[in-house]
Amino acid sequence: MNGADQAAASSPEAFPDWQPLLELAAREVFELMLNCKLESHGDLESSSGELIAMVGLAGQLRGLVSLRCTAKTAALLASRMLGAEIPQEDQRVFDAAGEISNMVAGNFKNKLTGIADKCMLSVPTVIIGSNYNCHSMADRAPLRVTMLFEGAPLTVTLEIHS
Amino acid sequence: MNKVRALIVDDSSVMRKIVERSLRQAGLDLSEVREAGNGVEGLGALKDSGVDLILCDINMPVMDGVEFLRQLQGQEHAKGVPVVMITTEGSESHVVQALSLGARGYIRKPFTPEQVKEHVIPLLEKK
Repeated sequence: MNGADQAAASSPEAFPDWQPLLELAAREVFELMLNCKLESHGDLESSSGELIAMVGLAGQLRGLVSLRCTAKTAALLASRMLGAEIPQEDQRVFDAAGEISNMVAGNFKNKLTGIADKCMLSVPTVIIGSNYNCHSMADRAPLRVTMLFEGAPLTVTLEIHS
Repeated sequence: MNKVRALIVDDSSVMRKIVERSLRQAGLDLSEVREAGNGVEGLGALKDSGVDLILCDINMPVMDGVEFLRQLQGQEHAKGVPVVMITTEGSESHVVQALSLGARGYIRKPFTPEQVKEHVIPLLEKK
């Protein structure tokens, strides 16, 4: 990694520049793997859905990439991926949501010059439910991108630890 | 092209199905598809008989794709079988490591069926 890349990786000022990359990473995953386009909407609030799929980042870039949506939307994701209708309670719904978050995280880090080689991904974890609080140890405000998938909001979040 | 026996190693059952579908879309006539959720299961799937093609993820629990490649080198039924990695780990060091351990191709997720075709068909034609 050259000096400029190192500075970009560690400088708080560089962090907002990553928002378009995070959005692009998510869009590409949906276009290539689900054959559908995510729609933007300026006034969208973050999804308050009960399903969160998370992938940890370790190494030079430490943090978490998560994807949040409703269980119904996640079932639609799985159905699109598999080309068959998948019910909400099917285990493949969690599998599909985890794999999408994994691809978004991987695609995002591969877009960061000089980072990909020095950052590893965890295997995905999926949580479903509503009666819990999630406390992030990240020391910066998270980056959030909310888009519409088949008319339903879906939020991709990046949390970074210095 | 002759019938092809494939082994798909990925901890995501959804991704295994997508890879299988991509192989069929690439025009492969699959006579048998074996599935494994990690490297240990992948080695077990080759214990009694071989396949013509292996597609393998890298990030997996129990045994990852890199260790699977290492241990594959000692497997009787894996001799000469092309292995293509399909993974989110797209860094150059991962590619170099996989290729140095015998992988013949490397596809980054997300991928298109066309990319699978481009990487897999030439390998099978060379056999």
